[in-house]
Amino acid sequence: MSGKRSFGRFLRENAVILLFLIITVAAIKPSGLSLVYIGQEMITRLGRDSFLVLALLLPIYAGMGLNFGMTLGAMAGQFGLILAINYNILGVNGLIFAALVSLPVSLLMGYVCGAVLNKAKGREMVTGYILAFFVNGIYQFVVLYMMGSIIPVRSRAIVLSRGYGIRNTLNLDSVRLSLDNLLAMHAGPFTFPIATFLVIAALCVFIIWFKKTKLGQDMRAVGYDMHVAEASGVPVDRTRIIAIIISTVLATIGQIIFMQNMGNMATYNAHDQTSFFAVAAILVGGASVKKATIPNVFIGVILLHVLFVVSPGAGQKLFGEAMIGEYFRQFIGYGVIALSLVLYAWRTRRETERLREGLRGGNMAAANAAAAAGEGEAK
Amino acid sequence: MEKDKTLLSLQNISKDFYGNVVLSDVSFDVKRGEIIGLVGENGAGKTTLMRILFGMNVIRETGGYHGKVCIEGEEVHFQSPFDALDAGIGMAHQEFSLIPGFSTTENIVLNRESMRPTVFNDVFGDRMSVLDRADMKRRAAATIAKLGVDLDPDTLVSEMPVGHKQFTEIAREINREKTKILVLDEPTAVLTETEAEVLIKALRKLAASGIAIIFISHRLHEVIDVADRVVVLRDGVIVKDTPVAGVTVRDIASWMVGRQVTVERDEESVRSFTEDIFEVSHLWVDMPGETVKDMNFTVRKGEIFGIGGLAGQGKLGIPNGIMGLFPAGGDVKLHGKPVPLNEPRLALQMGMGFVSEDRRGVGLLLEESLEWNIAFTAMQIQNKHLKPVFGGLFKVRDEAAMRTLTQGYIDILHIKCTSGAQKAMELSGGNQQKVCLAKSFAIAPDLLFVSEPTRGIDIGAKRLVLDALHKYNRELGMTIIMVSSELEELRSICDRVAIVDEGRMTGILPPTADLAEFGLLMTGERVSKTSKGEAVNG
Amino acid sequence: MRSLKQFGADFGWPRIIIFFFLVALFFAAPAVGVRVDASLSDVFNRFGQNAFFVLALVPMIQSGCGLNFGLSLGIIAGLLGATLSVQCGLHGAVGFFGALVFAAPFAIIFGWLYGKLLNKVKGEEMTIAMYVGFASVMFMCIMWLLLPYTAPDMIWGYAGKGLRTTISVENYWFHILNKFGAIHFGQFFYFPTGEILFVIFGAFLMWLFLRTKTGTAMTAVGSNPDYARASGISVDKMRIISVIISTMLGAAGIIVYEQSFGFIQLYGAPLAMPFTAIAAILIGGASVKKASMLNVVVGAFLFQGLLTMTPSVINSWLQTDMSEVVRIVVSNGIIIYALTRKTKVSK
Repeated sequence: MSGKRSFGRFLRENAVILLFLIITVAAIKPSGLSLVYIGQEMITRLGRDSFLVLALLLPIYAGMGLNFGMTLGAMAGQFGLILAINYNILGVNGLIFAALVSLPVSLLMGYVCGAVLNKAKGREMVTGYILAFFVNGIYQFVVLYMMGSIIPVRSRAIVLSRGYGIRNTLNLDSVRLSLDNLLAMHAGPFTFPIATFLVIAALCVFIIWFKKTKLGQDMRAVGYDMHVAEASGVPVDRTRIIAIIISTVLATIGQIIFMQNMGNMATYNAHDQTSFFAVAAILVGGASVKKATIPNVFIGVILLHVLFVVSPGAGQKLFGEAMIGEYFRQFIGYGVIALSLVLYAWRTRRETERLREGLRGGNMAAANAAAAAGEGEAK
Repeated sequence: MEKDKTLLSLQNISKDFYGNVVLSDVSFDVKRGEIIGLVGENGAGKTTLMRILFGMNVIRETGGYHGKVCIEGEEVHFQSPFDALDAGIGMAHQEFSLIPGFSTTENIVLNRESMRPTVFNDVFGDRMSVLDRADMKRRAAATIAKLGVDLDPDTLVSEMPVGHKQFTEIAREINREKTKILVLDEPTAVLTETEAEVLIKALRKLAASGIAIIFISHRLHEVIDVADRVVVLRDGVIVKDTPVAGVTVRDIASWMVGRQVTVERDEESVRSFTEDIFEVSHLWVDMPGETVKDMNFTVRKGEIFGIGGLAGQGKLGIPNGIMGLFPAGGDVKLHGKPVPLNEPRLALQMGMGFVSEDRRGVGLLLEESLEWNIAFTAMQIQNKHLKPVFGGLFKVRDEAAMRTLTQGYIDILHIKCTSGAQKAMELSGGNQQKVCLAKSFAIAPDLLFVSEPTRGIDIGAKRLVLDALHKYNRELGMTIIMVSSELEELRSICDRVAIVDEGRMTGILPPTADLAEFGLLMTGERVSKTSKGEAVNG
Repeated sequence: MRSLKQFGADFGWPRIIIFFFLVALFFAAPAVGVRVDASLSDVFNRFGQNAFFVLALVPMIQSGCGLNFGLSLGIIAGLLGATLSVQCGLHGAVGFFGALVFAAPFAIIFGWLYGKLLNKVKGEEMTIAMYVGFASVMFMCIMWLLLPYTAPDMIWGYAGKGLRTTISVENYWFHILNKFGAIHFGQFFYFPTGEILFVIFGAFLMWLFLRTKTGTAMTAVGSNPDYARASGISVDKMRIISVIISTMLGAAGIIVYEQSFGFIQLYGAPLAMPFTAIAAILIGGASVKKASMLNVVVGAFLFQGLLTMTPSVINSWLQTDMSEVVRIVVSNGIIIYALTRKTKVSK
């Protein structure tokens, strides 16, 4: 009996990963792609996307849910890259320059995002999502109108033909693959971007260490119960803002890493899907709104992206339409987020009810015993 | 020498909430290592007194207090609970203030964790220190040993039995090095008998180590068991401050409820009733804070049946459970027909009404007009106050009828308002209560439950509310079940008064019975042999 | 003076700013060579086009389900109705009302399922609604390619199957409402009487509904669910009803939109529509918990006014197209404002 129940619970708690695994494995064959190709894609994407997904961990830890506002950090990173290209700083130095220049912007964005989310407690995810759109408007204003006119741009090659505003597609050749190739290692048919992996590993170490600090413990307390934490003297609002600031800065760096692998940047659209991919990845990897671990990040990146890689081919083979594969990818991405959110909300309510029933059960037993005793006495 | 040092001295503490006096000239001392049992009914002032002691914001926001609070001879003015904590006062609340996902150790040292500084401290501040978990565990274990209980430092609070949570809560308070005075509010309420014994032993151990304890409880035998002195509060005044030696439970009970004034009753004769209208058998209700475990009673047609008892003992759970607002089970019969539980709609349709104790939360739509509020239930349950439009195609609100209805009640109940269109949230507490009554009167129920009808209302309005209930009972024959923590009001209009303690009915008394009897029933000291529902005579 | 401040705080300074901004644009228009009558005409047309979407948000706000980010589901139902109507070759008024009739069962089923889902996730409705909406739109993208539509006006020519991205309704029921009793004022002003009348009719029905026993119960559920439950109302049932009505209005809304706009837009088009409707109703003064007919009308008008006037005036003035930026900042800004408002705790 208990064996059956724990298997059921295992299924429920890992429903998303399992579902994904099944769909992905089923789609590999029809896609017509070789395992080597898929394998290399996995390696590349691990390097490219993991940092961004890792940026989501701390807000979840602090009880703020999925940080859709990470896009703000991505926009700051892109701003830095534009300037790096503008001043024609090559290679890894270009990346470092971009990171340093975007840092103040990123910190400011993080602070604003954190402050806004504090005003919308209980609705953080929706607010973060809309805030990303809002700041996108400001980003467009700065990059499309102010750069080249009010903000001087040295390199005319990146400016639109009308004289101001950055071009729609920015060529990142000067920094392309600079981090990936810094320490590339070849093993058989595969190429590993070791330097990138090292950076990611460094972040993982930082996160593990951070959780051991007082600040990390405070975030965890705030994540479990804001009121108890506050009553104990933990500065709740400040702690939450710090979590978002860190997340935003990590998103900035993550976006720079992402871009150096992509090689060119759709100036006005590159950040549109950043939060979507990162959130989908971490959820596919088994995380929930309240709990996420580092393994969730890597499992999620691999699973999500393998599916994304094989879908178009599978769509073509099974339905005769490559577009179906494309739509299917999006559908799965949105669907997995919706499913995770629903499962989480549903599970939370059932937990509360189960706890209450436990209390009540105790009362019932006591009640029946007392009733029996009472009957005896009254007679 | 040190043993008799006075740690806490409350001198002439008085407090009123906008003219409503809650504490008057309260003074007592607490010595080092002493255990004081603080006893009193609801509304006696215990909670307010503790809030003053603990520096809670609500005290400052409502005009502060008069008198002096002195810690170790020096007067203190707490601006917040953190000041109180700093001065050495710890408080273990009834609803635990614990983080469920943290272990015992983490909760005990919450926000006072042992830390080791790191390089980042210089740039980013103190919070970048790393936790020293080994030291944390050591400190927690020491505190647990000080308490003398069996707690595992590594268990998660969410997986602990309730008793252990209580111990953890207390451990957290005494882990603070500065703690000299510990206030415990009904600490044994959620404990089993064995756990309660363990706690009492632990408290004695703590006191022996020099910590003073203020033990608030309504379980009088426990108070006598553990306390050195007992302090009885009644109506905001200390009526007794005496060492426990030689004091009996009955003594304390009568001090708790005894009054100088005699009860005013409108009719001298005892009414007699012929038929039963309502039978309750083995009722249980899962209402957090007011759990009902096993309730049995019968109500007669046309009577006003009172249910009293201390807060949190379950009396409020009775009407909430029967009317379907909280999960309930058992057998309930109205007019001999079984009442389906957990179905608010059916309960209302069968002819029962309910005026909730939670006026603003459940009783009113604060942002809507009085007309909406009063006519709503009648509209939804009995399809009243609707008019057809477009040749009967749709039925919409009959605003004119609603207005007439509301005006009627404004007149009968003297509801002070600008008009029926005024928003409910703008009325005073007393008038809001009248609106809630009107809502129930508008469905003309056979049986009306009223919970805490005069809570938070001034004297004049209290009288009007009680008169209205009296009137509807006498003129319309409405049976009323009145649940209240104010014994006086129950004794003034009820035909019989039942007392609830720890989720069960401990006895039913005539309103004229000796006060000490009520007190004993309230504290669970006496369970009447005839608790199945017959009136006790003398 | 204090009451002015109070009025400002209650109504919201962002809304007041937007209102004055719009008025300023109207005054500036002639100065930069933009015709006021053409602009007004545009505004009225777009108002009529979009009003139903804004109206569709009211039931769910009133019942406490929050802002309906999942309006896409209703739009999808409407798209199914419209495409079926074209597939059946229905023209004119029959085509328009046929689309409505075909859409209705889909709207009811989608609404019912969506409502049941929202009941299970009370407290996190908005985010889930968003993603359920997105996922559904993507799912329909696949469906549009696979469903066996055959009308030559609708499908890709060379492939022979799969619906086109945009389908013209010019030959079917284009402007069927707008034309009805339309008023022309000179060359530039065109008032789509029929459409506006239809919108008024819809708003009237909603107003009437909110005054019925069920509508009253629904408002109580949103205002104080405990109060409603204590009065015997099934909170879950009321919420589902509000979701179904919202979905049906969304379906009707897209069909009204299409007859005015002239095209049925499939695939990714429904993704952005809920957001514009939400921004509109919030600009009109609604909050996450309360919305009235006045909010709908004022909001739709102001929002569409902004969308119309900003590009034409600013572009003429600065000789540059900043309309996109203004639109993004204004519509998202107002939503954030609404989400960060503390729901006032009454005494």
